[in-house]
Amino acid sequence: MIGYLLRRILAVIPVMLLVAVFVFLLLRLTPGDPAAIIAGDMATPAQLQAIREAMGLNQPIHIQFVTWLGQLARGDLGTSLISHTPVSGMIAARMGPTLSIALLTILLSVALAVPMGVLAAWRHRSAADYAVMTFSVLGFSVPVFVIGYLLILVFSLKLGWFPVQGFTPISAGPLPFLKNAILPALTLTTIYVALIARMTRANMLEVLGEDYIRTARAKGAPERTVLFRHALRNAAVPILTVIGTGFALLIGGVVVTETVFNIPGIGRLTVDAILARDYPVIQAMILLTSFLYVLVNLVIDLSYSFFDPRIRY
Amino acid sequence: MFNRLTAALLASTMMAGAAWAETTVTAVMHSGLRVLDPVITTAHITRDHAYMIYDVLIAQDAEFKPQPQMADWKVSDDQKTYVFTLRDGLKFHDGAPVTAADAVASLERWAKKDAGGQIIMDRTEKLEATDDKTVTWVLKEPFVPMLDVLSKQSALPPFIMPARVAATPPDQAITDYTGSGPFKFVDAEFQPGISVTYAKNTDYVPRSEPASWMAGGKVVNVDKVKWVNMPDIQTAVNALSGGEIDYIEQMQVDLIPLLEGDPNIAVEVREPTGMQTMARMNFLHPPFDNEKIRQAALKAISQESVLAAMIGNPTYYQICGALLGCGTPLGSETGAETLTKGASMDEAKALLKESGYDGTPVVLMAPTDMVALATQPVVISQMLRDAGFTVDMQPMDWQTLVTRRASQSAPAEGGWNMFITNWMVPEISNPISNPMLIGRGDSAWFGWPTDDTIEQLKADYIAAADPEAQKAVGEKIQAHAIQTVLEVPLGQYTLPQARRTTITEMLPSPVPVFWNLKKAE
Repeated sequence: MIGYLLRRILAVIPVMLLVAVFVFLLLRLTPGDPAAIIAGDMATPAQLQAIREAMGLNQPIHIQFVTWLGQLARGDLGTSLISHTPVSGMIAARMGPTLSIALLTILLSVALAVPMGVLAAWRHRSAADYAVMTFSVLGFSVPVFVIGYLLILVFSLKLGWFPVQGFTPISAGPLPFLKNAILPALTLTTIYVALIARMTRANMLEVLGEDYIRTARAKGAPERTVLFRHALRNAAVPILTVIGTGFALLIGGVVVTETVFNIPGIGRLTVDAILARDYPVIQAMILLTSFLYVLVNLVIDLSYSFFDPRIRY
Repeated sequence: MFNRLTAALLASTMMAGAAWAETTVTAVMHSGLRVLDPVITTAHITRDHAYMIYDVLIAQDAEFKPQPQMADWKVSDDQKTYVFTLRDGLKFHDGAPVTAADAVASLERWAKKDAGGQIIMDRTEKLEATDDKTVTWVLKEPFVPMLDVLSKQSALPPFIMPARVAATPPDQAITDYTGSGPFKFVDAEFQPGISVTYAKNTDYVPRSEPASWMAGGKVVNVDKVKWVNMPDIQTAVNALSGGEIDYIEQMQVDLIPLLEGDPNIAVEVREPTGMQTMARMNFLHPPFDNEKIRQAALKAISQESVLAAMIGNPTYYQICGALLGCGTPLGSETGAETLTKGASMDEAKALLKESGYDGTPVVLMAPTDMVALATQPVVISQMLRDAGFTVDMQPMDWQTLVTRRASQSAPAEGGWNMFITNWMVPEISNPISNPMLIGRGDSAWFGWPTDDTIEQLKADYIAAADPEAQKAVGEKIQAHAIQTVLEVPLGQYTLPQARRTTITEMLPSPVPVFWNLKKAE
């Protein structure tokens, strides 16, 4: 187990190096000029050139790459070309809102979707099954901004229960936090409930047809034990995978939801950086997102053995 | 004992009351603030930020006239020596007095970046602090627009910073945001691109005259102003309706009906001068290296169609053929009749035939991610096609456009023929600072026209003795620029502001300012 863990952690290094090379080259090949963002529309070509030189953008690409790698090796993500603030500070400030909304979304989604999926599989082809499937199809099909605006219209503008926009950190207290976070989390939850409920239903249906379920029932095991101890545990591996990648996706940034609810999260940071060609921020964000994906996948792989003792590393 | 307890309770209630009474105006501006140095960039949001925390020596009023702000001035009879005297009570936010040395250092840094500043510096014999309160600026020859340039409100006004800050090289961003303006920058609350907070500068001594545009008394009646960036205007509209914010600087015209009928919200034009939208051609490559073909394109364009597609509601746009802007001292519409009266397709076709146009495609760059620039290329493409042009409209993001427009390569090799952009009218109203009126080839603005006549006309403007003479030269500049098509003016527009009615007495100013206004509880 420990050997496996070490091997997986060591494998992260070449993956991250490849991502670094790829991201760096891709950004330099994409048209765009951060100096133009800084200078504004009125700057003459000569003024733009002077700013490019001051920013070090005129250096050969390989020099820029080596400088950046050197910074990374020292744990320095660099400084934003536009705002001149350290990238690590920018990411730290934006990570809180994104992480808390992601955690709340995943908690709500799992709490709702797993029982819904189990119910749909257990009562296959019943009204409950059709209701869950209809909700799933809707959750997938309705664009996230429509759900967001509808929730704002009803719960903020009509009923006045929640604020329209903004974010309050959990350090300000759970209630103020929830007041701001609940609508964006519910918006995202509709998608993830749809995804996880479908996956749970499909896997449960497969497992419920297995011989050992029939044996458990023949032994007189209560239905709850059959469903949750025998069936759900065996169906858990693919469900966990979906939850894990869903979580990584949420941390990677949910730009539309962050924009609709004006949440200063990672998604907006990335999009703003891309639009301004703020290279150090984009590079750091893509590296971080890749790292999170690798990490989440590792955690999911390790958790398999908890749910399915047959899996050993 | 009872009395003491009552007094303590009363005191604490009053203190709590004082804390509640702190007034904060929360505003959604046209963009997020990221760059804090008003010399390194011409971005409007940075200029707006600078007006909050810095002050200027002299400022432009609503009549486009220079007025004293931090300083009064005297001009010698030979019009070569300007003496600026700082008024009493000027202090930087760190408590240090504003001195003439600070002003000189700030002006020198500004002049290295600003086109008008460079012209003044070319004519400067000496610029020095003759004592703590006096700046003496001696010119080698008279420069009549001197005060107009120093008082301009956009794009790069000469803001006064402490000398230690102004010592930063002009291409390197400053990191110390100490100003002397009516608000203080709250560094601890600044989140680039997200929000910025300004606190009232209680040491600021406003002038006694009433506020007028950027001039006059900057009286601050609120404790804090917070600018929050909301990239989605719909979210901002919802937040304004819900009372979570007080002000939206620029409304999207098609969302105005959502706010109409709400008695708590006012939607209005802050200042009618507004913005100019215009097209620029590339003088280096076919087909627009040919003056007749440029004229044909100009004749094919109708401002009404462009503005109707862009803004829609005629309340918020104005047909205007003046390169230097309508409603400005030099604004003249000479030669722009076809633009303002619905194009002249027959003339366009005749000119095109006469020019021997061979069907070379016009590469028109169309930014799709900027709402204010997305429709014009589509409408113009169609009008050019109707006149007989072959048009290759290439959609791209604004960042790609600003990179590509700097390329002098042929259009087929990554260059371009035409693009559209927008300006604040006051920043293009002066021929000296209007970028489209630079005729110095490679060192001109993108499009690189070589035009000795426009350079001579600008020299005539500088030498003009009085406003009448300046106006006469302005007329010639307009006629020449339309003839050679240094730009195609596409008209003027304003994006109205929206405010909660609790906000009152906002100044009608092209730059959104937060002094003067009041906020009711």
